[in-house]
Amino acid sequence: MSVHGSTEVQKYAYDKNGKPHEIVDFADDYIGAKLGFWLFLFTEVMLFSVLFITYMFYLYNHQADFIEQSGGMNILLGGINTVLLLLSAYFMGMSLVSMKQNNVSKSKLYLILTIVSAIIFLTIKYFEWAHEFHIGIYPNSEKLLAMSQGANLFFGLYFTMTGLHAIHIILGIGVMLWVFTKMRNNSINSKHYIVLENTALYWDLVHLVWVFLFPLVYIIGL
Amino acid sequence: MSSFYDHTHTVFGHHKSKILNWIFSIDHKRVAILYLFTTMAFFLVGVAVALLMRLELFAPGQQFIDPDTYNQAFTLHGTIMTFLFIIPALPAIFGNFLLPLMIGAKDVSFPRLNLLSWWLYMAGASLAVFSLFWGEGFADTGWTFYAPYSSTTGTNVVMALTAAYILGLSSMLTGINFVVTIHRLRAPGMTFFKMPLFIWGSYSAAWIQILATPVVGITLILVVLERTLGVGIFDPSKGGDPILYEHLFWIYSHPAVYLMILPAFGVVSEIVPTFCRRTIFGYKSIAISSLLIAIVGYMVWGHHMFTSGMADWAKIVFSFLTFFVAVPTGVKFFDWVATMYKGSIVFKTPMLWVMGTIITFGIGGITGLVLGTVGIDIHVHDTYYVVAHFHYTMFGGVAFMLFAAMHYWFPKVTGKMYNEAKAKVSFYLIFIGFNVLWFPMFIAGFLGMPRRYFDYLPQFEIYHQIAGIGALITVAGIFYMIYVLIKGARKGEKAPDNPWGGTTLEWQISSPPPLENFATIPYVDFEPYMYKDGKPVIDISDQLKGIK
Repeated sequence: MSVHGSTEVQKYAYDKNGKPHEIVDFADDYIGAKLGFWLFLFTEVMLFSVLFITYMFYLYNHQADFIEQSGGMNILLGGINTVLLLLSAYFMGMSLVSMKQNNVSKSKLYLILTIVSAIIFLTIKYFEWAHEFHIGIYPNSEKLLAMSQGANLFFGLYFTMTGLHAIHIILGIGVMLWVFTKMRNNSINSKHYIVLENTALYWDLVHLVWVFLFPLVYIIGL
Repeated sequence: MSSFYDHTHTVFGHHKSKILNWIFSIDHKRVAILYLFTTMAFFLVGVAVALLMRLELFAPGQQFIDPDTYNQAFTLHGTIMTFLFIIPALPAIFGNFLLPLMIGAKDVSFPRLNLLSWWLYMAGASLAVFSLFWGEGFADTGWTFYAPYSSTTGTNVVMALTAAYILGLSSMLTGINFVVTIHRLRAPGMTFFKMPLFIWGSYSAAWIQILATPVVGITLILVVLERTLGVGIFDPSKGGDPILYEHLFWIYSHPAVYLMILPAFGVVSEIVPTFCRRTIFGYKSIAISSLLIAIVGYMVWGHHMFTSGMADWAKIVFSFLTFFVAVPTGVKFFDWVATMYKGSIVFKTPMLWVMGTIITFGIGGITGLVLGTVGIDIHVHDTYYVVAHFHYTMFGGVAFMLFAAMHYWFPKVTGKMYNEAKAKVSFYLIFIGFNVLWFPMFIAGFLGMPRRYFDYLPQFEIYHQIAGIGALITVAGIFYMIYVLIKGARKGEKAPDNPWGGTTLEWQISSPPPLENFATIPYVDFEPYMYKDGKPVIDISDQLKGIK
């Protein structure tokens, strides 16, 4: 996978005293790949922060409405989903640990378990949304428009934030499937596991977002 | 000596077709040239739209276009110039070309991602162009897309916003790439304070791209959701607050002007020592002031909203912070002037552009302080004064420095020389035209001419006519400059490796640079900009070119 034209890669530069100093190879830089991905995660944090700040702002303005609407949410389903994501983060971490220990089949198994729990999460999410749509609560619906402004904002933010989070889960599943094929053809192995590691970092972020989303949507109304 | 024009690496292996070898190339220099041609093409489109508006405004009443088209024209002009030209121009063209060269690296950290950024740029640009010819045409909201108008107008706002989102993604990925490259791929021995100052400017700008772009990205998505699904985060009838949109928009878009100007300041810091044959005055203060501008610039967005409704104490805080940005900027200006003091200045074209920008950006910066004063801003808010200030900083600062960079690194990029005398003519044409075009707007604005108006009162006619003449001179100058540069690239004399006597690493390899830049990566234990008796002190060109 080298992009080098020349077969020989210069490894060291020498200072005046002839002491060698290592040159970082741009085509094979573990720390660089990780740093880049952390920066990407940073942009994701900024993205969600905007939504959380917006939520905070409207919660401050329409506290009673938000608490009332939150009280009507199905905390059981939300709770199951929280546990599921926590579990999936554990599976993802174990997949990475197993890969580092060169236990490829175990790593694959854990990755599949992560994918399965993500799919169950989405299924539960689907039933939650379907229920709300069924009783006539969705953006711009007649029922919602007849409710208070706070209720409109609460559900607007609820659909936007859980929706954006679900899109991240779907993308994550796609990435994990891609990682799985890379494990099969051995391009991810116990020596080169940066792609898997970055995927695990991404998955932690997705789960972290939910950890904050869960109390804001389901718990404040208790 | 074969250069990067002869050989390249692509994503999909080798191609026979020349075009495929360009658009799939992951070499940072080729990606830079792809950006050069595309951003300049959009720049010319933006100029054409601006000229159309100027001609329309030459006399009161309707001349060529109707008021609705006029609204679309200034939106198109603003969107193209900010998102398609001035944000990507310096980082993506010269940042891409020079970053690895200046820090002694073979490429950026993620060459494939780099190419992907260009493809995303093209996708966003195509979508924006496509929306011109679809339904009711391009958005008519102004490039700021303020809610709630942007969620109710019948024009193609969704497409324009999606395009802006994709362009933001492209810019963000470039930022990530640059920060990682600067942290990881500096040649051994090159500490942060041995980096050329253009790298410091690009580094600060890259951080803004990473930190601020996602904010505008999600904000634009919220408007899209409002238009398509009626979510209503900014819709007052559903309890939403349009002012929140303005806050979120400017949290990105104000730092964005610093992300435009910081690489431009970097260009000045490269050109000044080279043409003064002197070590730059106050290297560390210039380097750190770049970071300071980026940090403070993140906290001043509220000065766009003094008339929008905000607590008085918040206005005062934002106003004070705005003044504070002038401090690191002033440090840079004094450092440049101190470098020139007693230097034997060589007035080649790049240096002329720098001199020009010290005047125009000086005016632009100081009028920015006027606008940052709460009381005065209430008077001149949304007038031509703002338009003039904005163009004095963005055109007189960023675009001027882009043109300076196009001349300064011309020999390195093309391996040829342009015609010095003709290039100077194009500078004077643009410089004079620029001032004739925008200076009258300060006066018109102060007298009360509002921006974005299709028609105006008769007493403003004289300012519009002077500006119209200035516009024609500027456009003539721009076309002449492009002609001179293209002619130079095709038929110019062969350029030596270091025509200006520059000290940074890119001047010590052949022009144009070979693929992967350096035969040997050096150990850099010296600072840039070291001169003795008018000559660069360090010469390691033999080592860099692999000549033993």
